[in-house]
Amino acid sequence: MLSVKSKLLLGAAAVALAIAGCASTGGGGTSATGIPLGATGPHEVQPLSDKPRFGQAVSEADLAAWNIDIRTPDGKGLPAGRGTVADGQKLYQSRCVACHGEAAKGGSMYGSMVGGIGSFKTNARVVTPGSMYPYAPILFDYIRRTMPMDAPQTLSVNEVYALSAYILNLNGLIPANAVMDQNTLARVQMPNRDGFITDTRPDVKATRCMSNCK
Amino acid sequence: MSDKTQVSTAAAPRRKNTRLPAEIDAQLLSQERRAFLRKGAAMAGSAFAAGTVGASGAGAAPLAVPDSNKSMGKPIPATEYGMPSKFEKHVVRRRTDVLVNRQNWSDWSMTPLQYQPGIITPNGLIYERHHAGTPDIDPDKHHLAIHGMVRQPLLFSMADLVRYPSVSRFHFMECSGNGLTDWLKPASKTVQQTHGLLSGVLWTGVPLSTLLEEAGVDPAGKWAIFEGADGSGHTRSIPIEKCLDDTLIVYASNGERLRPENGYPVRAFMPGWEGNVCVKWLRRIKITDQPAHFRSETARYTDPMPEGKWRQFSMVMECKSVVTNPSGGMQMKGPGFYEVTGFAWSGAGKIRAVDVSFDGGANWREATVEGPVMDKSLTRFKIGWNWNGQPATLMSRAVDSSGYVQPSVADIRKVRAIVGFVQHHNAMQPWSVNAKGEVTNVIGQV
Repeated sequence: MLSVKSKLLLGAAAVALAIAGCASTGGGGTSATGIPLGATGPHEVQPLSDKPRFGQAVSEADLAAWNIDIRTPDGKGLPAGRGTVADGQKLYQSRCVACHGEAAKGGSMYGSMVGGIGSFKTNARVVTPGSMYPYAPILFDYIRRTMPMDAPQTLSVNEVYALSAYILNLNGLIPANAVMDQNTLARVQMPNRDGFITDTRPDVKATRCMSNCK
Repeated sequence: MSDKTQVSTAAAPRRKNTRLPAEIDAQLLSQERRAFLRKGAAMAGSAFAAGTVGASGAGAAPLAVPDSNKSMGKPIPATEYGMPSKFEKHVVRRRTDVLVNRQNWSDWSMTPLQYQPGIITPNGLIYERHHAGTPDIDPDKHHLAIHGMVRQPLLFSMADLVRYPSVSRFHFMECSGNGLTDWLKPASKTVQQTHGLLSGVLWTGVPLSTLLEEAGVDPAGKWAIFEGADGSGHTRSIPIEKCLDDTLIVYASNGERLRPENGYPVRAFMPGWEGNVCVKWLRRIKITDQPAHFRSETARYTDPMPEGKWRQFSMVMECKSVVTNPSGGMQMKGPGFYEVTGFAWSGAGKIRAVDVSFDGGANWREATVEGPVMDKSLTRFKIGWNWNGQPATLMSRAVDSSGYVQPSVADIRKVRAIVGFVQHHNAMQPWSVNAKGEVTNVIGQV
């Protein structure tokens, strides 16, 4: 069994290897999870005999009100609660319609949140939560942290589930009688689930021609 | 270009090819140039005089002693935050008038690069991009939490953060959407509108690696979620390697604490990466084993690619440059000498070279790259040009230390399926000068 310290050292060594071992954009290699990192550094070497430690220990429990991110592919972090399409529609009419318009088709401030499914292979890609989000829990995460814009993080968990349900229903992705909760929301199959590819830049090759280049 | 050209013409061109009011122009003059100008008409009659027509009128008539010589100036107040001259009111951030949002909370404002003479963007001119407006945060009440897959979750006050060993670094910051309105055809008039989601800044803060070492990152922690304390609770997932490499937890820019619109009291800064990942008003970093795939990294800040796909986690800002003087909306002052200047930058390292074409990309001359040349920093370039009064098309092309050559719009189009609006647009920017000396944007037209 490795000590915590040994594990940390191994982790640091793995990171150093990852940074030194690959070559792509700018020589910085890619992350262990395949993300291009660009060039490393610069770094300063600052020898310190005693490393200062000013952080105050805190418990995860004390951070609970801040810990609102959802791991959207599987919904980890979704809280207990539930919301229906009908409840979402009612709430939408009172809190959302002024900016987003009737049936989320676009309003005074923002464009449509409905449609666009199947448009990405055309030259008029229509980006909406229905067409674009790869995972349905993105709706919960985003609505909870940002909406309504004049009072974010004030909706109840059930209200956030209900609004998520309503938007998904408007996009034809769940039936009108569906109930969204911490289990059902992550199971909604989004059409753009496999729509993303990793960064393979530099993907464009140009040459440094100096004369008679055209 | 040769050094000889640079030296022999260094004194006069700024008066010709910029539209700076005379007063600030005078402030910019070095001692040598002041002495040079005092020599007056004799020098003004030399080779470059043709281009100075109308610039100042110096030597055309006897000079009166200005009022400023004959009066007392403004006394020094007991306390004051100095502001630019009242004659510089045109040097301001502006929202674009090309893509106009119907609200101004999730919106952006752009840096006036055409009026930026050096590689530093003053704090009041650093571009803005917010998703729910600018919060007004009391630093004494603000905390940064680091938690998740760590040995010990930690909370830092601002007073704690500024006690750590700090670093100051010059780096550019650029929005992934810089240039989004100008891709296949010109829509914007000025370089502020085409390239102004770009700023050059001296950032001061704590290496995130210092704080992560204190918290003790679990070796299985591969990502970090960054979250802001603003009304959008803006979030991004960042690979742990970048966090441990050169990511800074920044509390100051250009020698003073961050401005509210740029993240006061504390923000993240990932050198060379798109501005969106540099989460402002930073309140939380959570170490995880995988990215969260937030809206901000799926439905937004992803790049359209062929076959209906979207490129995700495309964070590095590739090598790019732009001529800022002359640039769109300017008026040439007649044939003669101009010092053509601009900026180059790369998220992949240092700028190695910049070439400038005056004929729309057929022929190129290597410009002088002005030091300091720093990693992932704005770098200034300059090249002398004797404009003969005929139509010309100016554009710059940068090469970075990885050997990458800045592409054209056509080069990028070959591999990316850009529809709607463009992300990570680092193509060359051409400016057309017509026979009347009017400078216009001709992106996609040459």
